Amino acid sequence: MPDRARQPGCGRGIRRISDSVCGDQALKQPEAEAGRADGGGWRTGQGAVSTGLLMVQTLNGLQYGVLLFLVAAGLTLVFGVMDFVNLAHGVQYMLGAYLAATLATLTGSFWGGLLLALPAALLFGLALEWLVFRHLYARDHLAQVLATFGVILFLSQAVRAIFGTAPLHMPLPAGLEGGIELLPGLRYPLYRLAILIAGLLVALGLWLLIERTRAGALVRAGASNAPMLSALGIDTGRLFLLVFAAGAMLAGFAGAMAAPILSVDPNMGETVLILAFVVIVIGGAGSIRGAFLAALLVGLVETLGRSLLPDLLRLVLAPGPARQTGAALGSMLVYLLMALILAVRPRGLFPARAG
Amino acid sequence: MRLALLLFAALAAAPFLGFGAGHQLTLLAHGMILGIAALGLWLLVGGAGLVSLGHAAMLGIGAYAVVALDDLRITEAAVVVPVALLAAGLFALATGAVALRTTGVNFIMITLAFGQMAFFAAGSLALYGGDDGYTLYGRTTLAGGRWLADRLVFHFVCLGLLGLAFLVIHMLLAARFGRVLRAARENQSRTEALGFDPYPYRLLAYVVAGVLAGLAGVLLANSNEFVAPSYLAWQRSGDLLFMVILGGLAGPEGAILGALALVLAEEWLAMLTPHWRLILGPLIVLAALFLPRGLIGIRRHD
Amino acid sequence: MTDPVLRLEGLRKAYGGLLVTDAVSLDVRAGEIHALIGPNGAGKTTLIGQVAGTLRPDAGRVLLDGRDITGLAVARRARLGLVRSFQMIAVLPGFTVLENVALAVQAKHGSSFRLFRPVARESGLNRAAMVALDQVGLAARATARAGTLAHGEKRQLELAIALAQSPRLLLLDEPLAGTGTEEAERLVGLLGALKGGPAVLLVEHDMDAVFALADRITVLALGRVIASGPPAAIRADPAVRAAYLGEAADAC
Repeated sequence: MPDRARQPGCGRGIRRISDSVCGDQALKQPEAEAGRADGGGWRTGQGAVSTGLLMVQTLNGLQYGVLLFLVAAGLTLVFGVMDFVNLAHGVQYMLGAYLAATLATLTGSFWGGLLLALPAALLFGLALEWLVFRHLYARDHLAQVLATFGVILFLSQAVRAIFGTAPLHMPLPAGLEGGIELLPGLRYPLYRLAILIAGLLVALGLWLLIERTRAGALVRAGASNAPMLSALGIDTGRLFLLVFAAGAMLAGFAGAMAAPILSVDPNMGETVLILAFVVIVIGGAGSIRGAFLAALLVGLVETLGRSLLPDLLRLVLAPGPARQTGAALGSMLVYLLMALILAVRPRGLFPARAG
Repeated sequence: MRLALLLFAALAAAPFLGFGAGHQLTLLAHGMILGIAALGLWLLVGGAGLVSLGHAAMLGIGAYAVVALDDLRITEAAVVVPVALLAAGLFALATGAVALRTTGVNFIMITLAFGQMAFFAAGSLALYGGDDGYTLYGRTTLAGGRWLADRLVFHFVCLGLLGLAFLVIHMLLAARFGRVLRAARENQSRTEALGFDPYPYRLLAYVVAGVLAGLAGVLLANSNEFVAPSYLAWQRSGDLLFMVILGGLAGPEGAILGALALVLAEEWLAMLTPHWRLILGPLIVLAALFLPRGLIGIRRHD
Repeated sequence: MTDPVLRLEGLRKAYGGLLVTDAVSLDVRAGEIHALIGPNGAGKTTLIGQVAGTLRPDAGRVLLDGRDITGLAVARRARLGLVRSFQMIAVLPGFTVLENVALAVQAKHGSSFRLFRPVARESGLNRAAMVALDQVGLAARATARAGTLAHGEKRQLELAIALAQSPRLLLLDEPLAGTGTEEAERLVGLLGALKGGPAVLLVEHDMDAVFALADRITVLALGRVIASGPPAAIRADPAVRAAYLGEAADAC
């Protein structure tokens, strides 16, 4: 008779670190911090939520949100400008992580891995675009969904065949391995802060590019009315390529950055992809600003929801049911949020498309 | 219609024409069961022009309804089937009401997201095995009798239900309801200008599709005597979509053809190599690029 | 004096800083053909959108049979009798000619949430559809797929669909666009036969057709009504002449 009293799953490919914390929320701790496997915060005697834990998880949420933004930014532009449903975008993220991990092992350093992975991911993305995607721009969404679905099947299987299903390891960069003391007794991993800062910088750079440059103006125009652009004589083929390439690199960068702290396995693209879709739906297709705000929102809800809900429910339920209901509700929270927002605004918060 | 009759005749004769072995019957059963789900999806895609990427969720809900009742030792079909259909239908109603307020790319993404939501919910049900899945104590019983345990009986039950599903879809499509649905797919502005608001029609289609998928879920749970959250994975939704495309969108019989074709193809490919997805993936890409009319379209050269 | 079937009161619409519809008021009486003309860029399309329900005005009202429909959705207006034809042909290409019209009839005859009986066999719908097709002279092509029709035939079909909806107000958006002389003449004949029936708001560029058909003409320029009245008065109006100066005022 199967044992029914098991802990709920953390989701595909994500290790369970402790009772209420899954691997994508906690850092792979160096030995010294092993006792702090609950994410670096602390709990009071009764297991109630502490401000330290809240702060840590909020930062985690923002950091996750920033990663989501990097993935979603390229995707929302592709949707907005090219009206192209690219299910294979998660693959770019996964490739970034795998390339970074492999190249880091080859070169022996994190930075080597990261810097080499970016152009490699870009090349790969361009190859995919040339081979498959560009034949789909003129086709209907159904064909696009199917073709990109086929691409995912092929590439995840290829990764599985080449690297196996066991997660790859990527070392933290030297100098960013420790933690920083935010409050007395509360340490937060330096690397995660670095991700947060790097992501915000990239977001800022992207915003400047879109709002302040001519190329960016073209992209914005394309997002709101693409047929108009080609009617005006703009070479939409080159614009598409530019948008696509930028998106591929952003996703690859996100994957490379995430590699040391998340599980580098063949399924990592999926979870991120679905959440990126949720971000785009909430933020509005074609809108970078919308994607940014929505990404932070989704990152926070995902992280805080999953980690805090079981603890919150323990105030009213017994530990077992609290953990289960908490896990179930926590994983559904983001989608409920999405449904709520869509009920009020079917096109998202800041839809870019005119009319 | 002729193709449909041919298909059904072939399926009825199959057990006696060399497909009688247990494993092969199971394979055909899978094809027919997924065909039922694909028929519902066809109504959405081919009939209403709605690309849903979360259809597997409804199938999974039907399957998990069987699980929930099995856990309570309730296996009587008269209880299990209505509960499963109701559960799937309600989920379709709730999610469809929200999703159908969007169009195009947004709709695709929302159905995907709702499907994932159901997937995670299923995985977190430790009572039913969580990620590992749940093995049924026994198949659904009909009036107390364990008829469905017999492979041949099960085959014809599936065939019968497939036929019923086909007739329902056909009937809906030929009715006033179907005409409005098709019109809204061809030109929504025109349809609205005629005085029709597409939303309630599409919602009904969505619920019907959900109920059919739920029925398929019940049958799948019985066929495998095992249910896992992977039944609701979005790749399964992608598979269903592929079946609908493969068969061609011209008529619902295409969905059945596509389901059988994919099930058989996957089986055959899996015998070649454990990395059969390396072959299936590009095949799907090629099909999307070069077969706009699906397998049925290959025969007609107009 | 009965209410006009359609009344527009002070409609106003701006896109950013651009005022596209500026205090437009007009009315259409039962049985008359009221033409709306104006040079390119006058704002006719935007105005039609506000009447049909695809655009919301920033200010002003649209009244159908005295009833304020300004906030109503397109489908609702259609059910109240506001019927439009499209400038860009919007027949359903996969449907047969008969089905296209039968669908329009179906909208006015009972619920379409019927799930069981085959609609193709509903003789009531088909008969009414054939009547409309006869009216426009397309009866012979009833079983053809609408996508295979010639351009002029599609225009006839657009008209048949509109008539089958039992309109109170017929909003015709450039029904002659893209037609050759012969087809245009035939369509003008059909439109002329409508007089005395539904109220018609006709938007057209073809001046011959406009002056042959219209009981009244309203001229729009830069979003404003610059003249309104019987054809003879419009023809002589200096403001109208000025607005059209340099404009080739003939169609296709």
